[in-house]
Amino acid sequence: MAKVLMKGNEAIAEAAIKAGCRYFFGYPITPQNEIPAYMAKMLPKVGGSFIQAESEVSAINMVYGAAGAGARVMTSSSSPGISLKQEGISYIVGAELPCLIVNIVRGGPGLGGIQPAQSDYFQAVKGGGHGDYHMVVLAPASVQEMADLVMDGFDIADRYRNPVMVLGDGMLGQMMEPVEFQEKDILQPQKPWATTGNRDGEARRIINSLFIDPQGLEEHVLKLYKKYEAMKENETRVECYNCENAEIIIVAYGTTARIAKNVIQLAAQEGINLGLIRPVTLWPFPDKTIGKWAKKSHTKGFLTLEMSMGQMVEDVRLSVNGTKPVYFYGRTGGMVPMPRAVLEEIKKIREGI
Amino acid sequence: MAKVFERPKALTDKPFHYCPGCTHGIIHCLIAEVIDELGIREKTVGVAPVGCAVFAYEYFNCDMHEAAHGRAPAVATGIKRVLPDNVVFTYQGDGDLASIGIAEIVHAANRGEKITTIFVNNAIYGMTGGQMAPTSLLGQVTATSPYGRDPETEGHPIKVSEMLATLEGVAYIERVSVHDIRNINRAKRAIKKAFQVQLEGKGFAMIEVLSTCPTNWGMTPVESLKWVKENMIPYYPLGVKKEVD
Repeated sequence: MAKVLMKGNEAIAEAAIKAGCRYFFGYPITPQNEIPAYMAKMLPKVGGSFIQAESEVSAINMVYGAAGAGARVMTSSSSPGISLKQEGISYIVGAELPCLIVNIVRGGPGLGGIQPAQSDYFQAVKGGGHGDYHMVVLAPASVQEMADLVMDGFDIADRYRNPVMVLGDGMLGQMMEPVEFQEKDILQPQKPWATTGNRDGEARRIINSLFIDPQGLEEHVLKLYKKYEAMKENETRVECYNCENAEIIIVAYGTTARIAKNVIQLAAQEGINLGLIRPVTLWPFPDKTIGKWAKKSHTKGFLTLEMSMGQMVEDVRLSVNGTKPVYFYGRTGGMVPMPRAVLEEIKKIREGI
Repeated sequence: MAKVFERPKALTDKPFHYCPGCTHGIIHCLIAEVIDELGIREKTVGVAPVGCAVFAYEYFNCDMHEAAHGRAPAVATGIKRVLPDNVVFTYQGDGDLASIGIAEIVHAANRGEKITTIFVNNAIYGMTGGQMAPTSLLGQVTATSPYGRDPETEGHPIKVSEMLATLEGVAYIERVSVHDIRNINRAKRAIKKAFQVQLEGKGFAMIEVLSTCPTNWGMTPVESLKWVKENMIPYYPLGVKKEVD
């Protein structure tokens, strides 16, 4: 299929439809409004159903119902709206339902702003809602990757019966780039657990996250954790760029990873060798890859670059585990780091190492 | 010997956990009998609430979802959109439906979702230990209205059925009671109609059932039934609130 020029948000929506998603429940919030608008236009044409819910809370609970009924289903929102969905996400994990949740992040806290940010990292990868749980968090850095990761995200969700989150930001959602959609046969798995009606003689299907007996709940959580271990084993994705012989390795995802590549080019012009580790999955986090590069003698240190006050940097420090210094540079509130400013920061760091 | 009565097929054999004298059991039984009579058990999907009926998924012998507090109409919406040929019902109490879930029920009704809601109103939060509900009567003493519900500070009890009856998407709403045999029979007829309305694709249907809570009302079961008749029905008049042909 030929490349088409699309906004990131529209690419997400088109990729979801191509992946067989036929149900979308959402609520308007900037900067992700192109996703529900695209779904509202296209889903009725492919036999699906779109609802603009009365709130984000209702939207995520519609997702819960549709996922339990066996459908490939998604919702999207931006930071304050994703906060409202957290309860529902926790229930969806507890009830072991697959679905895709897109967060086109904007600045916070509170109503914050509508410009791009990465300040929902903690919420996305550390739980967000209540209880012991995780979900695979995919962090695209281009419109192409938004499309690809959405398609893969549905498969990952089905594989583990667990929600998957795509964590973008207002920059990625709003920008236009050429994108080519994967043309692949959509093989959705059988879902014998879905509540499609209980035929006589069959076991009933119950979609539930309530385990009133503590021993039963512990067993359930341990079962969920086995899935998380399998996700860590099988789903971790990372891009390493120019890390061979890099003196300082930048760790960045999404928009800031693109900026980091500009920084690396600028630095090369001045004879400074920088690398980039770009986590594509923020959870599971590519701790082994970062740990591996930390052991190299050419690696003098790491700089985590984020559009936040420093959230992923905590996971980078855990991955490096004290073997090399880990620095941080970030802008927040919707401000985007400028490559030149990042390079200046790196020069200061080099003087100190 | 001829068998004159048996457990409906749409109920499991799990013993109810409800308190003595509570009318949840009667209401469960009526729904199950209706499901059996309509022959829809195999295509029915129920949604249980949070509250006293949180374990409804263990009692109704059909596929079930357990929803978050108040969200059953949203969950039912998701199910029904995916499975339009199935029968989807929610079972919700007054805290669940009239307080935390008031937005979900209003908008599901307004969209005309083809679902059936059984709204059990006993004017109190039962599961959490007898707190004031939006439907608690004026002067009613509860754990969180210890001096009696005062309209100056707690507002007036919400008449959900009358409120929802104003919405275009609603096909059928009736308020019934289960405080005596005659009313139990009427309640069953109303519940049956609320499922038939869904089968006919007419729109949203809800039956509000006035129910008891002897434990948290601090009454005997018999006193509780009398309290429904003498105190609840005068404020919450029984009858059809809306019906679309």
